[in-house]
Amino acid sequence: MTVAVDFKNVDIVFGADQSGSLALIDKGATRAEILEKTGNVLGCAGASLTVHEGEISVLMGLSGSGKSTLLRAVNRLNVVSRGQVLVKDGDRTVDVVTCDEATLRRLRQKQVAMVFQQFGLLPWRTVEENVGFGLELAGVPDAERKARVQKQLQLVHLDQWSKKYAHELSGGMQQRVGLARAFATEAPILLMDEPFSALDPLIRTKLQDELLQLQAELKKTIIFVSHDLEEALKIGSHITIMEGGRIVQTGAPEDIVLRPANDYVRDFIANVNPLSVLTAWNVMRDRRDLEQGDDGWVWLDRRKTTRFKIDAHGLVAAAERDGKPAVWVSCADVERQPEEGSQVFWANPGTPLKTVMLAMHRSQTAPVALFDEGSRFVGAIGIRDVLSAVLRR
Amino acid sequence: MDPISKLLTDYKIPIGPWGKAFFGFLTDNFDTIFRAFSNGLNFILDGAVNLLLMVPPVLLALVIAIIAWFLQRSRPLAIGVFLGLIFIINQNLWKQTVQTLVLVVAAAAAAMAIGVPLGIWAAHKPKVYRVMLPVLDLMQTLPTFVYLIPVLTLFGLGNAPGLIVTIIFVIPTAVRLTHLGVVSVPKAIIEAGEAFGATKRQLLWKVELPSALPTIMAGLTQSIMLSLSMVVFAALIGAGGLGTEINRALGSRRIDLGLEAGLAIVVLAIVLDRMTRIGVGGKK
Repeated sequence: MTVAVDFKNVDIVFGADQSGSLALIDKGATRAEILEKTGNVLGCAGASLTVHEGEISVLMGLSGSGKSTLLRAVNRLNVVSRGQVLVKDGDRTVDVVTCDEATLRRLRQKQVAMVFQQFGLLPWRTVEENVGFGLELAGVPDAERKARVQKQLQLVHLDQWSKKYAHELSGGMQQRVGLARAFATEAPILLMDEPFSALDPLIRTKLQDELLQLQAELKKTIIFVSHDLEEALKIGSHITIMEGGRIVQTGAPEDIVLRPANDYVRDFIANVNPLSVLTAWNVMRDRRDLEQGDDGWVWLDRRKTTRFKIDAHGLVAAAERDGKPAVWVSCADVERQPEEGSQVFWANPGTPLKTVMLAMHRSQTAPVALFDEGSRFVGAIGIRDVLSAVLRR
Repeated sequence: MDPISKLLTDYKIPIGPWGKAFFGFLTDNFDTIFRAFSNGLNFILDGAVNLLLMVPPVLLALVIAIIAWFLQRSRPLAIGVFLGLIFIINQNLWKQTVQTLVLVVAAAAAAMAIGVPLGIWAAHKPKVYRVMLPVLDLMQTLPTFVYLIPVLTLFGLGNAPGLIVTIIFVIPTAVRLTHLGVVSVPKAIIEAGEAFGATKRQLLWKVELPSALPTIMAGLTQSIMLSLSMVVFAALIGAGGLGTEINRALGSRRIDLGLEAGLAIVVLAIVLDRMTRIGVGGKK
């Protein structure tokens, strides 16, 4: 995978005494200590993070954790005190921290677009003039600009509103304009600074869904700042948790939920519904850990209610439940299956845990088997595995 | 007199003589330049006045009403402007009004031309503004009569010194309101401009000035109003127009004349104010 943005040991300090603050950072001083000794505010310290092309990398943290500060280093809205921010620019890589003004401007016009929490629309311009703003700055000719603006407006379903002024639109629509403005520049990298935080929950969910849909088509590299873990888990392919200007954990959503690095992260995820991120893969017991019976039989659960006979290719040859032969059926059809005791459900590693639980419910707490793409048996989930994952014990 | 006060007054700082010497130096050495400037200015102003007076008054009133409609797209306003001007013609003060109008428009235009760039500069450089501030205060609070005298000695009598006095009096307002407008551009939209790669110039023309425009336009309206209030004083050093009438009314205690000319100024003020006022909101 190609690296789109690479933060390397980024320190950001706001204030006059840069060198003094950096020395304190090296000693591991906290934000409060630095403020007391130098009067400077620590934005972020020692932040290293690699964002690959096409992924949505979410920066998470409470307010003041430095997440926005780090994001804004990518297009130098915040000046980095020390370290590198490498941004992919076509075939080469540019260090935003040290590049000259002309390079920075080109980067801002063509490579990195931004969406703001408070929308940042120009109230004296119509919707289409706002969407075309970035193109206008980059000197895109009128005709081409109009065409690209029209395309973007259709993409965010605002083509009916193109002649309206920004302030005549609802918050959700205004942020759609903000999105369209960012998309219109066709920049491959998108910075989103809490773009949906100012919207009410219903609209927020809707826009998250729209963003995910658009992302499936457009495959941008998105760095997304959020203070809402549900949002981060929903849209992020990677999540980085920050505290007091420092990164405390980076990982896939389920890593964060299943293996929080410290108490700060644990507090964060305390109120998150694990069902929204966990998949069958995260909770299953590997087939090698299951209790083996004779003749190639394997017990799927600790209570020994259900067992599979696995052939030499790893395929299931026979199934037994409570000593009686049983059939195995896919979880995908769980809603349509009658409730009966003689069936065992199977799932894929990517099946949401929620579906697995539904299958267990339907089959009177029978374990659920896991098959890979080749229908080979890879593991099983018993009711205890589910409970411990949900309760995080 | 008590000894301390006496001691203090004995060593009076010669501010007056210094100033006098300064202006004496200017008149002694650059008199021709100032006079030439003054004559040139007078020529232009008188020319403009004469040109406008060649147009039949009612026709000119109609033209101004059409301009009002063009600026504000409001029929009631255009009709009001026309009726107001007809009232002035009716009071037989048309010539004076045109003189005043030329002076006011010229002064406001010059003050904006100087004040807006200064205001932008001050908004971008807080240090500059800190230096500028006491000068602006001085220009606004120094009693008008005090600087009528040196202007009179430098530029002589006529419309030109009247114009210059008015400009000096009005510039601070133009600077202050431009400064206010540019300083209060929301940070969010400045950042939006920067994030999309605006140059300094693009930022100024596409973000800051449009955002500050309502405040700058309020500055224009204020400039016009202040210019009008200055007209009466300008008449003391020979600027023609309604101010002359009012001064004459004051000198000869003629209530009727004062009332007529005063009302004409009020009408002119309302007309100009309504014509230059910008609608609040996103409309262009």
